[in-house]
Amino acid sequence: GHDLTSPPMGPPDPILGVSEAFKKDSNPKKMNLGVGAYRDDQGKPFVLSCVRKAEALISAKQMDKEYLGITGLADFNKSCAKLALGADSEVLKSGRNITVQTISGTGSLRIGANFLSRFHGGPRDVYLPKPSWGNHTPIFKDAGMTLKAYRYYDPATCGFDHSGALEDISKIPEQSVIMLHACAHNPTGVDPRPEQWKEISDLVKKRNLLVFFDMAYQGFASGDIDKDAWAVRYFIEQGHNIVLSQSFAKNMGLYGERVGGFTVVCNDAEEAKRVESQLKILIRPIYSNPPMNGARIASTILNTPELYSVWLGEVHGMANRIIKMREQLEAGLKKEGSTRDWQHVIDQIGMFCFTGLKPEQVERLTKEFSVYMTKDGRISMAGVTSGNVGYLAAGIHAVTK
Amino acid sequence: SLSRLQTSWWGGVQMGPPDPILGVSEAFKKDSNPKKMNLGVGAYRDDQGKPFVLSCVRKAEALISAKQMDKEYLGITGLADFNKSCAKLALGADSEVLKSGRNITVQTISGTGSLRIGANFLSRFHGGPRDVYLPKPSWGNHTPIFKDAGMTLKAYRYYDPATCGFDHSGALEDISKIPEQSVIMLHACAHNPTGVDPRPEQWKEISDLVKKRNLLVFFDMAYQGFASGDIDKDAWAVRYFIEQGHNIVLSQSFAKNMGLYGERVGGFTVVCNDAEEAKRVESQLKILIRPIYSNPPMNGARIASTILNTPELYSVWLGEVHGMANRIIKMREQLEAGLKKEGSTRDWQHVIDQIGMFCFTGLKPEQVERLTKEFSVYMTKDGRISMAGVTSGNVGYLAAGIHAVTK
Repeated sequence: GHDLTSPPMGPPDPILGVSEAFKKDSNPKKMNLGVGAYRDDQGKPFVLSCVRKAEALISAKQMDKEYLGITGLADFNKSCAKLALGADSEVLKSGRNITVQTISGTGSLRIGANFLSRFHGGPRDVYLPKPSWGNHTPIFKDAGMTLKAYRYYDPATCGFDHSGALEDISKIPEQSVIMLHACAHNPTGVDPRPEQWKEISDLVKKRNLLVFFDMAYQGFASGDIDKDAWAVRYFIEQGHNIVLSQSFAKNMGLYGERVGGFTVVCNDAEEAKRVESQLKILIRPIYSNPPMNGARIASTILNTPELYSVWLGEVHGMANRIIKMREQLEAGLKKEGSTRDWQHVIDQIGMFCFTGLKPEQVERLTKEFSVYMTKDGRISMAGVTSGNVGYLAAGIHAVTK
Repeated sequence: SLSRLQTSWWGGVQMGPPDPILGVSEAFKKDSNPKKMNLGVGAYRDDQGKPFVLSCVRKAEALISAKQMDKEYLGITGLADFNKSCAKLALGADSEVLKSGRNITVQTISGTGSLRIGANFLSRFHGGPRDVYLPKPSWGNHTPIFKDAGMTLKAYRYYDPATCGFDHSGALEDISKIPEQSVIMLHACAHNPTGVDPRPEQWKEISDLVKKRNLLVFFDMAYQGFASGDIDKDAWAVRYFIEQGHNIVLSQSFAKNMGLYGERVGGFTVVCNDAEEAKRVESQLKILIRPIYSNPPMNGARIASTILNTPELYSVWLGEVHGMANRIIKMREQLEAGLKKEGSTRDWQHVIDQIGMFCFTGLKPEQVERLTKEFSVYMTKDGRISMAGVTSGNVGYLAAGIHAVTK
């Protein structure tokens, strides 16, 4: 036989590894605060009713399963862009964006990374906030870019390191790529305030940087679709021709259906056509054309007014439950007698909370209380329920007092 | 007022050429001739020229819908029940490989996604030369798949334009010169674009030679069941090679044989030395896949898995695949008969001998152009027609057109 190089065992994915350890634990009080998938107040996965309704509408049509085009479902692409940019966006009116359907957020980021690698004339460096979602790094690396970072999270305040971020951004070489989380920063939950976004925009413009927005939580952060897209829209208004990744995994609960979009805001419609042609050439040898089912569901919701309003209500509901759990956790910690400042639990936004726990404390929380989270102290608030928030508060207090 | 940045990021991005195969469909759409025929894309059509959703698929969808399942992420390697049955379909239920657990099979984004994962895996882990040897010709997309993954492309003779058949001696001659440990791509059945498959005794010679040259075999099986109508017969070459000791890599697609095109269902398999090696390979596949798309789409895999794992649906499926393959075979016979009836003196035996969805007609580019311009029959420049686009209602028209441009 041949000598296929026999690869070594690779390390398990840190985030998914948490879920695997959780499954093996027999403690009835165990909590999985690892993966960022929304849970209802009974700790169960939640399929949105607008999704079920959309599925029923689609099923009734008994549609065929013919290939989508390389760039996916046109109605989805239009409404995906409209959701992010706003119906009144000048970009949409002038047709100077190209928006393609992608395999959720990861697929969008990777298409973007590959596109930058092939066509961006500037430096190969992509500047991520410190910290960022773990998967950003191999996405850009495997696409041939190099990773750098700018200060973002301030462990002293468990908040945004505004001066540190501006200082680091001011030194980024011109035409480099800067990644910005549009809202509900993953893993910290720390978002800049509007006036801070404005300063970042001015500085990024001065440094002539290419902005790559990752928006995986639109609607999920504040509960309001437009509010969560504010930074993206502001940057565009300020003249940044951004690239943008969107995911519908969380805000529509379409996780495993893999629904997302990748947008390049161009100078004009003619440029958008050229960019589109190159995106197609890039995508075709990766997966030819994207999966239809999730995009049909998302498109049906976005384009059917009653379903769209049901959806807005359900997104708002999910965000509200998260916010309530934050409030209950903070109150619970106070009640336990903790003297630490837990304000950040309430101030941080979206699914994740960067607790500030140190690795040793995380380890104790897992070993002694069967509370599972990633080593960086990140917890998924979606895994917290009114039934277990007290237990969680007790555990966190125990390891931090 | 806008303060648009002066520099355009994408000013230097050129308009890229359109995809040759998909470009055919686009030209077809614009044609107003009522007799127009689209023989470009390889998607099955029924005898009314309509897309066909298999009834086993509809039944599976109803079963799935009734369960009101959640939409939680699959794991990086996809739906476990799908992966098991996908491997079983290709390798056979009795496969020693499955018994010893020495394969790793992961769910992929149809055939293209499978090939790309494979190409990336080879690029990262194959210790041999970077060269991937494709048959000449091969599916157009193979080239950028391997190129973009960092491999280099070479070719071995395959199609003999003189006979419109398999160039057995040419293939063996070229393969005998391939440097050891290079990767060789083999189409398991229903070669795309030619429809020309080696006969079993020819496969045996290829296997012996490939073994002698110590080549890494990459099988592309996009048409299992669709070629002869028989699942096991179509997988014969794959299974034979494994029995002969080749630790192959294999891409499977369910786009055609289950009509799941847009649902994007496929599998990628690495046959390893043992279960321990398979675990190591699996861990590295996960590391590779996670930064491409994290985890694969659930819907199509659930449908395929339901069909493969529900006995009544499985037999319905076998019948429907057989039916699709039979209709294709019938159209081949009718086209060949039609050409004879038109008075053509050319040898059209290859129309019947070729296998699967495609027929390499032997038409030259100028003849293809005439067929398109004068008859509104759309096909790719290489003379490839998709038999799936032929119906009992239009086969006569097609025969007349082909005869007109070749007499």
